[in-house]
Amino acid sequence: MSGLEDLYREIILDHYRNPRNRGELESPPAHRAEGFNPLCGDEIVLHVLLDDDGVIDDIKIGGQGCSISQSSASMMSAAVKGKTIEEARNLTATFKAMMSIHETEIGGDGSEAEADEPVTADLPLGDLEALRGVVKFPVRIKCATLSWNTLSQAFDELAAEATG
Amino acid sequence: MTSSERPTGDQAELDVAAIRKDFPLLHQEQEGKRLVFLDSAASSQRPVHVVEAMSEFYYTSYANVHRGVYRVAERATNRFEQARATVARFIGAGSAAEVVFTKNATEAINLVAGSWGKTNLGPGDAIVLTILEHHANIVPWQMLAAERGFEIRWIPATDDGRLDLSDLDRLVDGAKLVAFTSMSNVTGSITAAEQIIAAAKAAGALTLVDACQSVPHLPTDVTELGADFVTFSGHKMLGPTGIGILWARAELLEAMPPFLGGGGMILNVTTDGFLPDAPPARFEAGTPPIAEAIGLAAAIDYLESVGMEAIRRHEVALTAYALRKLSTELGDSLTIHGPSEPAARGGVLSLELHGVHAHDVSQVLDEHAVCIRPGHHCAKPLMKHLGVPATARASFYLYNDTDDADALAEALVAARDFFAL
Repeated sequence: MSGLEDLYREIILDHYRNPRNRGELESPPAHRAEGFNPLCGDEIVLHVLLDDDGVIDDIKIGGQGCSISQSSASMMSAAVKGKTIEEARNLTATFKAMMSIHETEIGGDGSEAEADEPVTADLPLGDLEALRGVVKFPVRIKCATLSWNTLSQAFDELAAEATG
Repeated sequence: MTSSERPTGDQAELDVAAIRKDFPLLHQEQEGKRLVFLDSAASSQRPVHVVEAMSEFYYTSYANVHRGVYRVAERATNRFEQARATVARFIGAGSAAEVVFTKNATEAINLVAGSWGKTNLGPGDAIVLTILEHHANIVPWQMLAAERGFEIRWIPATDDGRLDLSDLDRLVDGAKLVAFTSMSNVTGSITAAEQIIAAAKAAGALTLVDACQSVPHLPTDVTELGADFVTFSGHKMLGPTGIGILWARAELLEAMPPFLGGGGMILNVTTDGFLPDAPPARFEAGTPPIAEAIGLAAAIDYLESVGMEAIRRHEVALTAYALRKLSTELGDSLTIHGPSEPAARGGVLSLELHGVHAHDVSQVLDEHAVCIRPGHHCAKPLMKHLGVPATARASFYLYNDTDDADALAEALVAARDFFAL
């Protein structure tokens, strides 16, 4: 089962069994965003709390899904906590570039140009590197990117609120 | 019709080895492992007879139907209408004119909603659906309700995924339509259609039966059933994709306005308007799925040559075997949703391996060349009722045997052990 072990690295299973930042935050002041994978029913409920400087002060993850979607969400929460929106967006672009073989098909908000041009793909991904094996299983890419798309959606909604 | 040998007779036990010979897809190996196809509830495989019938039709008799005067066109029309007659006979319809070809069962239900529903449902009216329904028998009604403003009532389900009919008479009271599945695509539960239809009739309501899961697996007689509308798809019963059936009582079809407009469904068109044709043509705008109808008729011939009673007996026996095997091998680590009594269900097993998401189960099973389906199976209200986000669904058909059930059990044990629970 070497293929499977490529997909299900130990660190992924660890995040699945012991998800970080699991829960909810009071909203408001936190912003709440929901993401769905309509094909498999996976669901991410994300609460993100920004401080006055636009730094992610706290983030909590709810919802349900497979080991890939849940571990990706868990790792993401750990990775973006304490970062600014811009830093988190760059990390999102980096992560999605790693998942990019079907970037235009996975419904990511990243444009093709963004996917082709890895200017932002130079950030260290740390634990998230473990998800690289998912690319070999194309139907699972959507599982890995669900939480990241939901985070992008939360930032977009916050920006719309600020300007609207 | 074909070089390969057809299984014969309505035998007590199917000759699965002979049947499997007719399904080339099943002969392949995946990384040295025998392919175990357990996803027929989503879409079945098809025998060479169906593909060869379609090829033969395309190569010798294809033309558009109901148009040309030339002999090939006449032959195409005759074959197409023969296929309609074959479907009518297979489901016990009063006449072939009661059989409408659609794209699939989803379109058939949308046709009823968009034609009968639009002219008969409005504010103050109510229809009844069930928690067991596939989205195909929910969303068209919700779309129409948003437009026309009628009430949707729901027949609830029991903990084991059967319909709870204890409050049936009150629910159907004053309703204009009761639309329900004949067999759950999630739990395999066979619904008490006779009881629901009797209650609906007593209340003066029409009935629509979503028979997608039952027509491929159980003998069907729509006249005996007494329903008003019955819908099903070709691709779940060894036929091609792109063809579905709406059966409805002739007088209902005659009173219904067209659903889609276009060629083939009119008697006359002027700049002032159009005059619709009689059913079934009235509901078949545009070029219909012609070769698909030929393929569906070939699928029906195949099913009848095996025998629907024999197929049902085989699936009950195989389901009983699988339920025992899975429970022996996996015990408390596995929940099988749906009725525990094999005779009360079809060959559909919705599995919940505790602590392992259905998507992950399906991934590990693929390593064992076992093809099952993870997800909500387009039945989210039922999944919510069962309290699970997703299940791993294995479903049987006439080409499955106990080796397939054993492979499923073995792969599930491997999935459980892989996730070390």
